[in-house]
Amino acid sequence: MTTLAPAPSAALPAKTNREVDTRPLLWPSVIVLFLWMIVPLAMTLYFSVIRYNLLNPALTGFAGLENYSFLFDDPTLWTSLWNTLVLVGSVLIITVVFGTLFAVLYNQEFPGRNIARLLVIAPFFVMPTVSALVWKNMMMHPVYGLIASLQSMVGLTPTDWFTDYPMFSVIVIVAWQWVPFAFLILLTAIQSLDSEQKEAARIDGAGPLAMFFYITLPHLSRAISVVIMIETIFLLTIFAEIYVTTSGGPGTATTNLAWLIYSVGLLQFDVGYASAGGIIAVILANVVAFFLVRTVSRNLQQG
Amino acid sequence: MSMPSTFQKPPRWIPVLAWVIAILIFFPIFWMALTSFKTETEAISTPPSLFFVPTMENYTDVIDRSNYARFVWNSIAVSFGSTLLALAFAIPAAYAMAFFPTKRTPSTLLWMLSTKMMPPVGVLIPMYLLFKTLGLLDTVTGLLIIYTLINLPIVVWMLYTYFKDVPGEILEAGRVDGANPMQELFLLLLPLAVPGIASTGLLSVILSWNEAFWSLNLTSSQGAPLTAFIASFSSPQGLFWAKLSAASLMAIAPILVVGWMSQRQLVSGLTFGAVK
Repeated sequence: MTTLAPAPSAALPAKTNREVDTRPLLWPSVIVLFLWMIVPLAMTLYFSVIRYNLLNPALTGFAGLENYSFLFDDPTLWTSLWNTLVLVGSVLIITVVFGTLFAVLYNQEFPGRNIARLLVIAPFFVMPTVSALVWKNMMMHPVYGLIASLQSMVGLTPTDWFTDYPMFSVIVIVAWQWVPFAFLILLTAIQSLDSEQKEAARIDGAGPLAMFFYITLPHLSRAISVVIMIETIFLLTIFAEIYVTTSGGPGTATTNLAWLIYSVGLLQFDVGYASAGGIIAVILANVVAFFLVRTVSRNLQQG
Repeated sequence: MSMPSTFQKPPRWIPVLAWVIAILIFFPIFWMALTSFKTETEAISTPPSLFFVPTMENYTDVIDRSNYARFVWNSIAVSFGSTLLALAFAIPAAYAMAFFPTKRTPSTLLWMLSTKMMPPVGVLIPMYLLFKTLGLLDTVTGLLIIYTLINLPIVVWMLYTYFKDVPGEILEAGRVDGANPMQELFLLLLPLAVPGIASTGLLSVILSWNEAFWSLNLTSSQGAPLTAFIASFSSPQGLFWAKLSAASLMAIAPILVVGWMSQRQLVSGLTFGAVK
């Protein structure tokens, strides 16, 4: 084993409590992540202050804040921010409420509990394009969808979900994927609840509701906040589900920030304008990330 | 309140409710599986056909007709390739931080985590142009690089938490016997940490397999993995639901099984160790 490369400074005095230079082990990861963090972001920032349209090469030069002022004057930006907020907010509420209720429910003893749990978490492992297409075609299609069939069976007019309730439909799909995530995390958290504490509360005469609000919910609070923050980061830039279902429409009804940037940048090729949108997305995500990192770091200090 | 037996039994409606909900949530996947064994006509019949003669036709069709093997291979290559690459970067880094922490270690870890917060759409345009310039658009290599980078922080974090749990005395003993850090890492730590490395790798494979932002934007045919291939069924010409179902089921089944088996370990990885 002498052929293995010795660590630079520790080759000779290897026996004692050595001072090892472990930086060569750490640096490759740090360097690639640093490049990944800095290079594309710097490019986005640079593109956002120049005139750059792939369809119009004659248009060049420094634009200052022109792209940004175009962006802020564009009603689509505000629509897309509102849609992002609606999508993220609704899905968060749905996933946290149902995730918590399901965690309590599936923490009870009942026959076949393990299999039932597997069924509930399954949608989380389904790739987004498959989830979206299954819902779009087989569930919510206005003619051949299962919901339409059920509706006509009871004499109702089938609903054209993606035309009449586009945002609602997207929310249903995304929530279906993320409720299992919240459930999985919260179920793990609820299992660490001290059974003696529960027992004591029961003996003191706490009913199921009191148990839930005074014992279970406080115990879950940190896990819930972790769920909220992780989901927010992913939900802020929901893309695939919109890509295969509504393409941001009808009109701009389901255009969120991610879709806006994609359509301006890669469909209309206005690089400068799309990059300004990208910077907005980065700023938004960073506000959320700030809180997430703070929570995790508190956790790190607790050991 | 004094009879212990009264509060042990949950009400009888609990199993019923739990099973109804579980079946409802799983139903779209079940329905898709069912549809994959129907003919195209049966797949779109109204009311939906519940009784039909199952056919394997869609599976053979998908496999024969649409270069399905290439998409499967691309998915395998990008998810396993990026996972191996990420492990190669992350194992030394996690080892260094877990066993030789400096006062900068916590902030390094947090900084790595923070790179994960970058919304992909914020850097979509430059990455697209960069890939175009470098000839990486629609290639497995390009996607593999991206997936390595986006999963590296999670992989480092998960390995770090696993390595922290390895008793230091074992490594200490090796050190006394004169093992250098490299020997310590490869001969002592890695064999002990195999379960942790395996579940870290699984999470990374699952995340890469299902990733659908970069694959949709940076690949179209040659380098496209299954996520992008399935998306091509969204075009309105023709209703190939049975074939879509067969292709989808084959695409999700392996990951679903892996996910089910490793759910417990996934929780700590997905929450960066905040929930265990």
